[in-house]
Amino acid sequence: MDLPQVTSPLARLRQPWSDRRAELSLGAASLLVCLIVVGMVVFVAVHAWPTIEHNGGFAWLGSGGDLDSQLQRMFETGPHPAASAYHLRAWPVIYGTLLTTSIALLIALPLALLSSIFIVEFAPAALRRVMVPVVRLLASVPSVIYGLIGILVLVPFVGNHLITGAQKTSVQDTVELTGASLLVASVVLAVMITPIMVALISEALSGVPASWREGAMALGVHRLRATLAVSLKAIRPAIVAAAALACARALGEAIMIFMVSGSRSFTPNLDHGPLIFLYEPLRTLASVIVDNKEGFGGSPAVNSTLYAFGLLLLLSAIALSICSYLIKLPLRRYQLK
Amino acid sequence: MSTLPTALPTAQSEAPRPTRGRGSSMREWRLLDRIVLGAAWAAGLGLCLITGAIVLYMGVRGFQYLRPDLLVSRPLIAEDGSVSGGILDPLIGTAVLTAIGLVVALPLAVCSAAWIIEYGRPSWFARLVESAIEIVAGTPDIVIAIVGIAVFQLGVLAPLSSRSPTGVVTGTSFIAAGLTMSLIALPPIYTATRDGLQAVPAHMREAAFALGKTRIATIRRVLIPSVRSNIATGTTLGISRIVGDTAIVVIVLGETLRNEPLNSTPILGFLRGTGSTLTSYVFDNSPAGEGKAADKAYAAAFVLLMFVLLLNIVVGRISRRQAHSSGFQAGGGRT
Repeated sequence: MDLPQVTSPLARLRQPWSDRRAELSLGAASLLVCLIVVGMVVFVAVHAWPTIEHNGGFAWLGSGGDLDSQLQRMFETGPHPAASAYHLRAWPVIYGTLLTTSIALLIALPLALLSSIFIVEFAPAALRRVMVPVVRLLASVPSVIYGLIGILVLVPFVGNHLITGAQKTSVQDTVELTGASLLVASVVLAVMITPIMVALISEALSGVPASWREGAMALGVHRLRATLAVSLKAIRPAIVAAAALACARALGEAIMIFMVSGSRSFTPNLDHGPLIFLYEPLRTLASVIVDNKEGFGGSPAVNSTLYAFGLLLLLSAIALSICSYLIKLPLRRYQLK
Repeated sequence: MSTLPTALPTAQSEAPRPTRGRGSSMREWRLLDRIVLGAAWAAGLGLCLITGAIVLYMGVRGFQYLRPDLLVSRPLIAEDGSVSGGILDPLIGTAVLTAIGLVVALPLAVCSAAWIIEYGRPSWFARLVESAIEIVAGTPDIVIAIVGIAVFQLGVLAPLSSRSPTGVVTGTSFIAAGLTMSLIALPPIYTATRDGLQAVPAHMREAAFALGKTRIATIRRVLIPSVRSNIATGTTLGISRIVGDTAIVVIVLGETLRNEPLNSTPILGFLRGTGSTLTSYVFDNSPAGEGKAADKAYAAAFVLLMFVLLLNIVVGRISRRQAHSSGFQAGGGRT
């Protein structure tokens, strides 16, 4: 083995690798990915800690006071805030996040179910060939474009045509109805998460063995009934898992919601009546982070508050992906993916 | 196993009778079933309509506001604070961020995928890696963005990002944003590569081993070449995620209208400086931002949507070609 000594690293790379070294270096890449995730959680948690500590555990999740003025006060406390400066009651934004997410899911889930059934079972072949790329495109439209259309088309439309003058005056003491509202935010959010669910549900639906449905049809039910009773039932876990993933996406949507929701620290109030409730502006966890991004450099109190919001989002995203994994476990038994 | 298409049975049962096709059988369905079927059609067509409306509307606005010279001129701030000029800087910003993100994400994702399929021992660690990537995929981009800025504000990494006039490390720069972007491009590339490797038939590996190839040589000369199209699909998806992301740009790139190099060092100064991309340009010029130039926002959004459309067409092309080619083309004829 009198190979000439190779010195240049590039030439060494071209030499045959030993398997041992290869396994280690490929494994190192995988290890790096794991470390990044652990680091992610640690970084957010460490930065969020002052807020959690100074608010005594979980009190900051509760309600009380106006979030905007709390943040304003934090901005004013400067670089070395006292413990009291971290005072935070985040319920309004948590409520706003839950509200947009749940309304969007309520709209998107039936829409996604029906269109998955349509794509897999009923669409004529030509239409199906169009629908698959259409769904993929809808899923990949950047959120800022949804936001732009929302703020320049839907918000003025809702503000000028749907909200009546009487409705505006009835709540003018508490809030100004401009059209930037829970309604627009939830509807646009529903359009954004529907394609994600359609992709997952229709994949599961087309994985159901044809013989299962044929068995049902041999017993005399027609195609729709067979689909609803057999296929849809078989993939129930996949549907829940898809909804969980879509939910994670909806919780964390920042830019679009920031653009169309009015981004005011206001909580829609059902006492104003259900329609006005939908027309009222709100704020979500993610959009508050975008709105107060100046806080990342300057004010430690704001900084920590924003990381606390981030921690909430991160933990719920992790919880939702664990949920969707656990829910899908029974499907593996039938190799339904 | 029956391979009959499931669409046939209803039509077949009708066959003996003279019918007017499929519709007549549905007339015998219960009302509720017909309503559900109608709703399914409406939902499917509704999705198409929404997509069509978005593309058409942006297309009309794009043709209205996009002038060719916008693409090659730099953005300017007029006296009244509104934005004029072109979108050259955002275009460059998008390209640079995509490049940095891919340079990091591509090797990392392909290596992890190769490790998990070809080695994957110990299995608890393999499961850990799988779930780690699943978590990255599910993490909202805004959270990834705030992690990014926290990391790059660390003193150790200060040379990679800008400083505020007072000398505080801001954590915002092209390098910081690009590296953060690599995280959101990672999951699609990883998933595509892993699925591709999983689908490679075992006999290809066995043939390579029989020829005396080592494992790693098999990976490099046989397996990776044979999943090239999967990697390409994943990469395209990754690019479209980077191109379309706004939160990371707004927070980690600093969201200045022009690309502002930190100092006059040719390349490094630019990469350490702040800048804008198409998404942040649209965001800033929308009524939600400061620029208040809706026409510019529409023009940039149109360009952005065209990019995304193009990337989608590329993905469609690649996966169709993959479906047409029968199985694996004895990938890596170079063995």
